[in-house]
Amino acid sequence: MSEWNQLTVHQCRELLERGTCSSRQLVENLIEVIHALEPNLGAYLSVDEEQALRQADAADALRRQGKTARLLGIPIAVKDVINVAGQPCTCASRILEGYRSPYDATAIARLRAEGAVFLGRTNMDEFAMGSTTENSAFHITRNPWNRECVPGGSSGGSGAAVAADEAIAALGTDTGGSVRLPASFCGCVGLKPSYGRVSRYGLTAFASSLDQIGPMTKDVRDAAILLGIMAGHDSRDSTSVAAPVPDYQAALQRDLSGMKLGLPREYFIQGLDPDVEAGVQEAIRQCERLGARIVDVSLPMTPHAVAAYYIIASAEASANLARFDGVRYGLRVKDAVDPMDMYQRTRAMGFGPEVKRRIILGTYVLSSGYHDAYYLNAQKVRTLIRRDLEQAFQACDVLLTPVAPTAAYRIGEKSQNPLQMYLGDIFAVPASLAGMCALSVPCGFTSHRLPIGLQVIGPAFCEERILRAGYAYEQTTAWHRQKPPVMAPELHLTDKNDNEL
Amino acid sequence: MVLDSGRDAVKTIDVPYVAHLARLTLDDKEIRDFQGQLDQIVAYVKIIQQVDVSGVEPMAHAVQIRNVFRKDEERKGLDRDVVLANAPVHDGEQFLVPKIV
Amino acid sequence: MNYSATIGLEVHVQLATRTKMFCACNTDFGSPPNTHVCPVCLGYPGALPVINEEAVRLTVMTGLMLGSEINPFSKFDRKNYFYPDMPKNYQISQYDRPLCIGGAVAIEANGVAKTIPLTRIHLEEDVAKNMHVRNASSIDFNRAGHPLMEVVTEPELDSSEEAFAFLQALKQILLYGGISPCNLEEGNLRCDVNCSVRPAGQPALGVKTEIKNLNTFKGVFQSLQYEIKRQIAVLESGGTIVQETRRWETETGITESMRSKEAAHDYRYFPDPDLMPVVLSSEQIECWKALLPELPRQRCDRLVRQYSIPPYDARVLSADKAMADYFEEACRYYASSQATRSAHAVAPSAAAGDEKLAKTGPKAISNWLMTEMLRLLSEKGIDIDQAAIRPKALAELVRLAEAQVVNSNTAKDVFAALFEQGGDPELWVKQKGLVQVSDAGAIEAMVEKAMADHPGSVADFRAGKSAALQFLVGQVMRASKGKAHPQRVQELLKKKLTTTAN
Repeated sequence: MSEWNQLTVHQCRELLERGTCSSRQLVENLIEVIHALEPNLGAYLSVDEEQALRQADAADALRRQGKTARLLGIPIAVKDVINVAGQPCTCASRILEGYRSPYDATAIARLRAEGAVFLGRTNMDEFAMGSTTENSAFHITRNPWNRECVPGGSSGGSGAAVAADEAIAALGTDTGGSVRLPASFCGCVGLKPSYGRVSRYGLTAFASSLDQIGPMTKDVRDAAILLGIMAGHDSRDSTSVAAPVPDYQAALQRDLSGMKLGLPREYFIQGLDPDVEAGVQEAIRQCERLGARIVDVSLPMTPHAVAAYYIIASAEASANLARFDGVRYGLRVKDAVDPMDMYQRTRAMGFGPEVKRRIILGTYVLSSGYHDAYYLNAQKVRTLIRRDLEQAFQACDVLLTPVAPTAAYRIGEKSQNPLQMYLGDIFAVPASLAGMCALSVPCGFTSHRLPIGLQVIGPAFCEERILRAGYAYEQTTAWHRQKPPVMAPELHLTDKNDNEL
Repeated sequence: MVLDSGRDAVKTIDVPYVAHLARLTLDDKEIRDFQGQLDQIVAYVKIIQQVDVSGVEPMAHAVQIRNVFRKDEERKGLDRDVVLANAPVHDGEQFLVPKIV
Repeated sequence: MNYSATIGLEVHVQLATRTKMFCACNTDFGSPPNTHVCPVCLGYPGALPVINEEAVRLTVMTGLMLGSEINPFSKFDRKNYFYPDMPKNYQISQYDRPLCIGGAVAIEANGVAKTIPLTRIHLEEDVAKNMHVRNASSIDFNRAGHPLMEVVTEPELDSSEEAFAFLQALKQILLYGGISPCNLEEGNLRCDVNCSVRPAGQPALGVKTEIKNLNTFKGVFQSLQYEIKRQIAVLESGGTIVQETRRWETETGITESMRSKEAAHDYRYFPDPDLMPVVLSSEQIECWKALLPELPRQRCDRLVRQYSIPPYDARVLSADKAMADYFEEACRYYASSQATRSAHAVAPSAAAGDEKLAKTGPKAISNWLMTEMLRLLSEKGIDIDQAAIRPKALAELVRLAEAQVVNSNTAKDVFAALFEQGGDPELWVKQKGLVQVSDAGAIEAMVEKAMADHPGSVADFRAGKSAALQFLVGQVMRASKGKAHPQRVQELLKKKLTTTAN
């Protein structure tokens, strides 16, 4: 049997162009794998097989006519928080039950214009709030490397689907690490673009001043390809920046000579898992061998980043999620006696506990008497965090850090302690608050054979730098080519599998 | 940094009041659980109040752009059928909600 | 005891843009429900707002017209509250950095001129429209997102008359600037009023109440009259005023407390992360300044200068932009017809006579507008744009009257007819046979007949009863079906009555 599902985007393109396989074969192959793996994985919330096959056939027909495009016929999985015309967009929440999107997000429209096939919608923490994908209203997603472990979050479905070869590539979204964390936990590549690099139009907002759509892929080249297509100014998003989009693939080089890599000392601290630290230190040495110079830098505001992040993100979320009220779309409780009753019970029924907690936190930090002490202060601390990073980038080109203090942990391990969970975002949120770009690249395994992620943080609108560093490292290591064990034993691809998704 | 002394004296977040502002009905168990968790979270995020932010401008956006405008030119929106298809309750022309009193 | 009232107004003005504040949906009024909607104005997940530049321009123009300071740094904020007519359950508005700060509006009420200072002018989005249907409420989102400019006054209005005068003056300026169609029936202007009373002489302000969502000037006037009386009555009876929001009930003519179950509002304003600040350069502001229209006061002065009409006339005419436009257009037609006639004039003396007429022409036009036009407009309850008689026709009518082709009574009839039906006055006069009879022979015949028919009146006049002359003039006018030149008739009658007597 063929294993086209294991291909990367650039490999797919080659085979499709050569005629080795068709887009239909590719999509059928993936659907088969999805049927086989999903009962054990739960990476997807929905797969529109019919629609995907129709798109694949259309792509094949275009190719026969001699047409070509950068993603013609290549299937992409989409986190269920991004609007794709005609598809549901539940945000893994009951409150969007029955909603069908009447429009494409700008990022989707750009991928569509390049011929991408939209295979299905991946699982996530409800409204992207979480670090484990346990907060999905529908089901959990398991880590392909160890079914008892979480895949990370909030884009855990995308991370698991890519790592388990249920997708060629996927889109995630990152507000405070939601692309990088699952990429790190699942052993794939995840890129959070600089704020303003990719349009947010059509991305259901969690925290508008932080959200970015980012690619989750099997290698760095694929991340460069997808970013290159999605990036660029969009007149529908006032926060998107009109900076030219460089040729990101041209930035991919195999050496790091002349590059200065900064190690923020606040990131290598007590509480950092020794296996993770060892993996990252070894990656740093590898980079040195590739010609990079290592410099020590300091980001003194790091210990305040998580607090600032949770105040700002929750405040924005409390307003962004007010629109889910049962009036225009989605869930509404029956027999409400007046609008107040409708709001209160619909929202009580439609939102899960983590979303409620953050709405309450966000409402609180904006409320009269507390606004200045929490929200305004957090905004000022945010300024200081950005200054920290800007200063660090005077001394180095990119920063190398772990993505998270630990590798994937067991399902349920932290779900009862939200604060403990939030603290796991410590290395991810500074780049988010500062609007910088960051990449997660696989850099080894723990003693329990769970993937470790190396984070490369770059200045805003310097994605070429993080791609260059990530690519050079990746190409001289083999971590990204390792396949999770869940794939092999239970798979009987030749059997027609009638598992329900 | 001025705190409303009246409410701050309580030292904890008034969960039912804030939930009401956010239009969320909570059951007793939720109130209990959230009270404990949010007290802990609020106590933690208070650490930002220890940072010296005097003279520091608040940061509302991660990019410094100004004057992002569109021209006053019309573009077709959505068809009513499409819009009402998403509505929980409608009468074929308008959205319906419980009577506003 | 005497009381004084203190009133502040918040006027919400729908701006004259083609599209909504933050999306490209059409703003036409009266379209079928929910046909001008899109993901943005419906608050769909993922949709984002983008500022309509024209709305910013119109607001800044308003500020410039009213002498506001244009804020060098302005931004948009989210005002959080839940209501079914609010798509996002937050309204994008401006909290601490409005587009315009300060400014003033000059008013005149009860014969006293006064300047009402403004606090600010800011920009926000309108909400949807809800209606009650049987057991539910229905919502039409066409209006949701319409640009709404809010003009906030300082609490320096002292009476309902002043509030009324303020609204009229503001409306006048907004119309002059093309800022809003100011159509009250379509809800283009809506008003919240704050009002308090206190014993005359007491420096501290009384407790205020707010009356929300008044959509006629009359409503503002009447509700304030009621509210001021109510508050005084409460204080007189030893009660205290409760700070609250009240609703004006048009049918019963009273204000009623809107006691709501909701907790006190906590709008939790914060800067909208979806929108970037507005930082207008001084070049941009200067550029817009250059486009400022002439305002009522400036126009008044110019009308006096240019047309030599009395200041009173100029003030009345310039009060309404459409009226002043009408006047000036009529004057232009009048002047051009004068020019044509002068060019064809043979005798220099005739041209000199025309020049003299040219000075009186604008005054005649002004007279028509201030008397007949205003009377008929208010009778019919329409605006001058809707009157069928157009400026060109009025100019011609004035010319016909000056040339004594019609007498003044006939001219009034012609005006009334054209006001209804429109058309060319010269044609109308010809078709209806209304040309004035000035022919001496024809008049003389009619005069002689009248004297013959009414010897009693002739005798009365000669006996010293001068009133008899008017009777005889009337008889001649009647015989001529109103077309005889009244002065000539009178002159001839007088002559004949006296000469025959001698």
